Amino acid sequence: MLFQGTAHRYGRDIDTDVIIPARYLNTSVPEELAKHCMEDLDADFVSKLQFGDILVAEENFGCGSSREHAPISIKAAGVSVIIAKSFARIFYRNAINTGLPIMEAPEAVDGITDGDEVTVDADAGVIVNKTTGKTYTAQPFPPFVKDIIEKGGLIESVKAKVRR
Amino acid sequence: MPRPMTITEKILAAHAGMDEVEPGQLINCRLDLVLANDVTAPIAIREFRRIGVDHVWDTEKIALVPDHYTPNKDIKSAEQAKMMREFAREQNISHYYEIGCMGVEHALLPEQGVVGAGDVIIGADSHTCTYGALGAFATGVGSTDAAAGMATGEVWFKVPASLKFIVQGELGPWVSAKDIILHIIGMIGVDGALYQAMEFCGSTIDALDMDGRMTICNMAIEAGGKSGIIAVDDTTRAYMEGRTERPWTEYFSDTDAEYAAVYEIDATGIKPTVAFPHLPSNTRAAEDSRDVWVDQVVIGSCTNGRLRDLRIAASILKGRKVHPNVRLIVIPATQQIYRDAMHEGLFDVFLDAGAAVSTPTCGPCLGGHMGILAAGERAVATTNRNFVGRMGDPTSEVYLSSPAVAAATAIAGHIALPEDLD
Ligand code: SF4
Repeated sequence: MLFQGTAHRYGRDIDTDVIIPARYLNTSVPEELAKHCMEDLDADFVSKLQFGDILVAEENFGCGSSREHAPISIKAAGVSVIIAKSFARIFYRNAINTGLPIMEAPEAVDGITDGDEVTVDADAGVIVNKTTGKTYTAQPFPPFVKDIIEKGGLIESVKAKVRR
Repeated sequence: MPRPMTITEKILAAHAGMDEVEPGQLINCRLDLVLANDVTAPIAIREFRRIGVDHVWDTEKIALVPDHYTPNKDIKSAEQAKMMREFAREQNISHYYEIGCMGVEHALLPEQGVVGAGDVIIGADSHTCTYGALGAFATGVGSTDAAAGMATGEVWFKVPASLKFIVQGELGPWVSAKDIILHIIGMIGVDGALYQAMEFCGSTIDALDMDGRMTICNMAIEAGGKSGIIAVDDTTRAYMEGRTERPWTEYFSDTDAEYAAVYEIDATGIKPTVAFPHLPSNTRAAEDSRDVWVDQVVIGSCTNGRLRDLRIAASILKGRKVHPNVRLIVIPATQQIYRDAMHEGLFDVFLDAGAAVSTPTCGPCLGGHMGILAAGERAVATTNRNFVGRMGDPTSEVYLSSPAVAAATAIAGHIALPEDLD
């Protein structure tokens, strides 16, 4: 999987309540959720995002509630991949299970400034900051997790299992 | 001989059909219960349909609780609750709780005997970790995991490393389980237990009743923990006896089990604590917070909406009046708690003081309904999260506290201790 886009960089402990506030949880329609993605943190997020752009954050991204509306809204808003220093564990599972690529790469995060052009080779675990010319490596997924992603998310992999 | 294991590792090994497991290992676990609520079930049901099976794996082992936006706050949330209700009927789900029998899920399921010691439980709600108080492995997941769990009765886990918190000594006046867990989160931070299991033990924990133990395990997620757990003792057994519907299994950590870290905490030094906006780890002693004036106080939620919490609040509110600038909202967490509080006369105390008493719901805890904050307003709440916008407008603020501090604050109008009141 290859991704290329502008980096939008945020701090640590970005919680699911700011990613998608509870006042919008009375729906689960991706396009509806996308409209309000990150709005309590950065009201301009959705308007400045180009399809395929990259979300960059520090430690503990996605902490808080288990709402899958969070990765769904980010994906539907057009983000292609999230690079963070670390992810909260439920968000990590939810991203994998819903097919939103995420990478843990602390050094890359330190080397990316808001607005940089970044490319990501998710299979090789290589992140290139085209603005600075620097290259970083990311933690690859464990094979078990990679298998879920390759099948297109948890549901597809369960389907395969149930049929067997 | 298998390797020495923690209680968490033993429960996971047993459910994976293995003699032993170790931290970092990826395993497939058999489930005892899958939970979802009116916010997370609609997505879970949609994903369940995509799998292409007709029936859930076990109609007795799924719990669906409409608690977040119920009684329905608007048309959209009514549609979500309806979708869950119809699914529960179609699939013959035995643990579906309609309005009138319901409660906040994490207070309701232990009370109804649906969870027990030694269980492996996933819930599409992050505070599923509450059930660790009964000696179970319980963790929050997303709706897709819940869908897969409902279809197959299994889930994948990475075995977490464990952290041990040994809490010793007697608690001071008005210091409660909430203060212990806020103290711990303040100490290790909101990602201090990331991907890890938090095991609580020591004389202070032993002395807590089940309501207090659930308050502690409930907030493990607020430190990033995968789960919180307290081993079974006589208090747990007395609670489960005659209540827990399935036979339970008791597991205990080996004395030589490995921990990623061990924390020894002197409970005598813990003070009534408040978490300032906008992180549960942003803690301060309540006695140093008296300059914070508030507009609203909420006593309720899966953290502190149980009978013990309401009794403590009532003992402080008795014979006093809520400050004229404060709105006090009391939310018993389940119908049973509601009834017990009513019979004990607690409602009279609340109503005489000038509080509003609500039917069980998550309500304002997640900014759903029943007490949303306007721009710039401040609340003290016995809930578990104080993130930006959690209880309403993004410029509003939530301060987390125990029921004792919350009740005293409602009377004083600013953050206060019960001993401040005359
Ligand atoms: S009371 Fe609050 S924290 Fe608990 S389940 Fe409801 S919304 Fe979540």
